[in-house]
Amino acid sequence: MSASATLTAASQPGLSPHARLRHDGARGGWVLLGPERVLMLDEIAAEILTLCDGAASIGAIADALAQRHAAPPAAVLNDVLEMLQDLRDKGLLTA
Amino acid sequence: MSAPGPPLALLAELTHRCPLGCPYCSNPLSLERVRDELDTTIWQRVIGEAAALGALQIHFSGGEPLVRADLAALVAHAHAAGLYTNLITSAVLFDHRRLAPLKHAGLDHVQISLQDTAPDNADRIAGYAGGHRKKLEAARLVRGAGLALTINAVMHRQNLARLPEMIDLALELGAGRLEVAQVQYYGWALRNRPSLIPTRAEVAAAVAIVAAARERLKGRLVIDHVVPDYYAKRPKACMGGWARQFINITPSGLVLPCHAAQGIPTLRFESVRERPLAEIWERSEAFERFRGTAWMAEPCRSCERREIDFGGCRCQAMAILGEAGETDPACALSPHHARLLALAEAESAAEPPSFTYRRYANAPSEPAPA
Ligand code: SF4
Ligand code: SF4
Repeated sequence: MSASATLTAASQPGLSPHARLRHDGARGGWVLLGPERVLMLDEIAAEILTLCDGAASIGAIADALAQRHAAPPAAVLNDVLEMLQDLRDKGLLTA
Repeated sequence: MSAPGPPLALLAELTHRCPLGCPYCSNPLSLERVRDELDTTIWQRVIGEAAALGALQIHFSGGEPLVRADLAALVAHAHAAGLYTNLITSAVLFDHRRLAPLKHAGLDHVQISLQDTAPDNADRIAGYAGGHRKKLEAARLVRGAGLALTINAVMHRQNLARLPEMIDLALELGAGRLEVAQVQYYGWALRNRPSLIPTRAEVAAAVAIVAAARERLKGRLVIDHVVPDYYAKRPKACMGGWARQFINITPSGLVLPCHAAQGIPTLRFESVRERPLAEIWERSEAFERFRGTAWMAEPCRSCERREIDFGGCRCQAMAILGEAGETDPACALSPHHARLLALAEAESAAEPPSFTYRRYANAPSEPAPA
C-alpha cells in the first residue's frame, strides 16, 4: 500500500494483489475477499469494482456509470469516491 | 429447524505438531497425534465439499501447517476450487524452498505470528530459541515474493508494553494488516491465564494506542484489535454465532463449530471420515445444539442483542461456569459477570506464575508422543 490515502477523481484504483473479486454461486451475488474479510457486494458495487483496472480514473469510472444508468454525474462521483475510499481504508484497493 | 445458510470459511487444522510451545496456544490440551492425521486425499475431498457448500475462504492452520509436506498440494486444490487461501503460520519452518511452491499453488495471503519485538522475550514466550529471527526473515521472504502479509501479534501482560514497537515492526516488515490479538482464554491459554492476563488499565491503554495508530496509518496499515472480553460489558459475537459461519476441522477429521468446542464435554463431534461435510454442517448434533437462538435461556432469550452476539461464547460459558448453555459471563447482564471480573482483576494484579508450555509432554494424562 502506498500513494496518498485520500482518493480523488484522478486516482486510478485497482484491486489489491491479495483481494479477490468473485461470483458467489451459493449466495447468488458478488463478493470481495481479503484476509479475514468477506464483503458481499450489491450489483452497483460489483459493477464499480469490475471497472477498477488500475488504469481508469475514478472520474472516468463515474462518468461511465452515470451514462449507463442515466444518473447525475456529480452524485455518482460522490458515491463512487465514498465506496472506493472505504475499500482503500480496508486495504482491499490500491490507487 | 430449517437448513442453515452456507458457511463462510473453513479452518483446516492440518496438524497439531508444532516446533513452538506458546503458552497461549488455542489448541486443546489433548493434542492430536501424527498417526491420526487425515491424509492428502481426504483433505482434498473435504476442501472440495466445503467449496461446494458455499465456503469462500480457507485458513490453513494447526499446529504448524508447514510441518505437512503436502501443504502446497492442498493450497493448489483449494485455489482451484475458488477458495481464498490463507496460511496461518509461526513461520520458523519457512524458507525459499517452501515458499516458491506455495506461491505457485495460488496462495493468497500469509499470516505470521510474532511473540514480541524484543527477541529474547519473544523466544522465551514461544519456548523456541532463535525463533524470532527466523520469523523476521520469513516475513521478508514473503514480502519479497510479492505475497500479502498479516502480522499476528499475540499480546498479553508479558509483552503488551511494547505494542507501539510492534506496530512499527509490522510497518517495517511491509505488512498490509496487523492483527493485535490479545490472548483469548481457551485451551492452553486458559491453563496459563494468570501468566497472561493484563490489567484493565493495560487493556485500556492498548485500545487507545491502536485507535491512534489506526488514524495515523490509514491507508498504510489495517489494524484489527481483539481485546480480552473479561473486562467488556457485552461479549463478542463468538465465531459470528455458533455454526453460522465457520467450520473447524481438526487434524484427525473431527468437525467443530469452533476450534475450542472440544472444551464442551457433552458435545459429540462427527468425523469427515464417516459423513459428508454438508450433512455434518446441516445436521450434526454439535452444530445444531447452539445454532440460532432457540436454545437460549434468560437473560439472552428476551435480549435485543440475541441476534447480534448470539449470547457470546459457548466455550467461555463452559470454561467459567461449567455450563455451555449459559449466557457468556463476559456479558454484564450475566448474573456471573462479577465473578469473571474478579478473577481477571485478581490474576492480573498478582505476580505472573511461570508458563506451562504447549507440548505433548505437558498435555494431561496422555501417552508419550507417537
Ligand atoms: S500458537 Fe504457538 S504453539 Fe500453538 S500452533 Fe501456533 S505457533 Fe504453535
Ligand atoms: S444477555 Fe445474552 S444476548 Fe443479551 S447482550 Fe448479553 S450475551 Fe448478548
